[in-house]
Amino acid sequence: MTAPTIEVAFTGRHGSFALDVAFTAPGRGVTAIFGPSGCGKTTVLRCIAGLTRLAGSCRVAGETWQDAATFRPPHRRPVGYVFQEASLFPHLSVRANLLYGVRGRMPADAAIRFDDVVDLLGLSPLLSRAPHNLSGGERQRVAIGRALLSQPRLLLMDEPLSALDRDTKDEILPFLERLHLALSLPVLYVTHDMREVERLADHLVLMRAGRVLAAGPLAALQSDPALPLATARDAAVGLDAVVTAVDAAYGLATLAVAGGTFIVPAGAGTAIGERRRLRIAAGDVSLAREPPGPSTILNVLETRILTAQTGGDEVTAVLGLGRDGAGARILARVTRRSFERLGLAEGMAVYAQIKSVALAPGAR
Amino acid sequence: MTTEISTAVRLTLQLAAVTTLVLILVGTPLAWWLARSRRWWAEVVAAIVALPLVLPPTVLGFYLLLLLGPSGPGGLLAGLWGARTLAFTFEGLVIGSVIYSMPFVVQPIRNAFLAMGERPLEVAATLRASPLRAFWTVAVPLARPGFLTGAVLGFAHTVGEFGVVLMIGGNIPGETKVLSVAIYDYVETLQWREANLLAAGMVAFAFLVILAVTLVDRHVGRVRE
Repeated sequence: MTAPTIEVAFTGRHGSFALDVAFTAPGRGVTAIFGPSGCGKTTVLRCIAGLTRLAGSCRVAGETWQDAATFRPPHRRPVGYVFQEASLFPHLSVRANLLYGVRGRMPADAAIRFDDVVDLLGLSPLLSRAPHNLSGGERQRVAIGRALLSQPRLLLMDEPLSALDRDTKDEILPFLERLHLALSLPVLYVTHDMREVERLADHLVLMRAGRVLAAGPLAALQSDPALPLATARDAAVGLDAVVTAVDAAYGLATLAVAGGTFIVPAGAGTAIGERRRLRIAAGDVSLAREPPGPSTILNVLETRILTAQTGGDEVTAVLGLGRDGAGARILARVTRRSFERLGLAEGMAVYAQIKSVALAPGAR
Repeated sequence: MTTEISTAVRLTLQLAAVTTLVLILVGTPLAWWLARSRRWWAEVVAAIVALPLVLPPTVLGFYLLLLLGPSGPGGLLAGLWGARTLAFTFEGLVIGSVIYSMPFVVQPIRNAFLAMGERPLEVAATLRASPLRAFWTVAVPLARPGFLTGAVLGFAHTVGEFGVVLMIGGNIPGETKVLSVAIYDYVETLQWREANLLAAGMVAFAFLVILAVTLVDRHVGRVRE
């Protein structure tokens, strides 16, 4: 993990409750700021951009943007900001919108190049169009491109997909995933949609009612039994894995993570050495004390129960992969009855059978 | 007689043009401040700007007469170039017209600035635009309909102004005798033909101005490359 290079702390009133947040985020990759609507996520992002002023401090890549004595106005902060609504300038063409941040002309030494952004976001057919002739998804892609081309050192995205319908979201998500891969730019991504977090984020800042519940690597927070993510109805863990083998005859790939391997249906073009993200839902994992007999289930892994938490009639167990349980962590949700009948307990070695493992589309 | 009419027409157009220009120059920063200030006394200033909408023109004219006259600040100002008073002069008419037509220019521009909201300016700021650049490249183009409406209303209102002109300008041909006063004069002296000519001319003029502005707006309203 790289050293944290985004350090923020803000306190102040936010609507009906007090906002008091402090966290650090790494200087690369996507950090999701996740929490229910109205918990202050957007306010935090606006404070980082300087659009809202609360008491506190903000340091990015060694530069102080705000402290007790300093407040840099928003136009002196090298951020790109993508708002919930695309907010394109209606009086400018798509091209002029894209170039607004560089005053109409790309500098020769621009780190983020015009053609690259146009390619990445599929904007070339739109360049001479007017914003009011674009679909919602197209507009948001232009807004993302416009933010990128202003040559930011930090990209701030405030629920960029929430104003879009499901199909349009699915149209844009792959662009965001490619963006993540192609640029080393750190991104702070505000969302209340766990699906977006699972697909895009490396790091997570978990917020609730104006406070930070936890901050850290995504998988660590997802499998932390003390946090609400692990016991949520749709709890899941995202694991970054490497493709170690491809069985083209059956359309399967083997992916390795710390402490185990998974066999996953893989589309054509999956290559050995590629990094992909696996999503393992807690409800898809069942437990057995003995190695199970022949079965159609592809993935049976040796694991150890690290913690088990009972909630109602269900038990949510955090499993460490490998005989010693020292590998990557996944979650299993089983009924309390089964858990007790099998005499399962924390520290016990068990076999985890995983009904389905989803592979995130696109390489990471 | 014809020279009399053409002098009045020229003077009126001149007065309206100068007044509109001054109003755009003065009214734009005022409208911007009124639209963005959150101080309570911004509303007080807005109410003062709106006063000419409800005051009888003679009341406004009376105070302007005191203001512009030899013993008011207007007299002091006029002293700078050796004149005794600003009342009954073209300059005095411009000052009176600017104050009288102010709400018709400031309010549409203020409303246009309000209607665009904070977002476009926030976007500009996050794209490294200084407040001044954001004003010129985002706020002004987005408020264009407000500027057009304000300019047309300011111009037309100045052309049609009567009471204030009569109070502070009087009826001096070539200096303060504008169209509306000339029409009044012709009617008073039963010169119906001349009155008709001028009145019909103003109706046609008003129509053409509105039409032209609409067409120009449609043309420049196209998105820039």
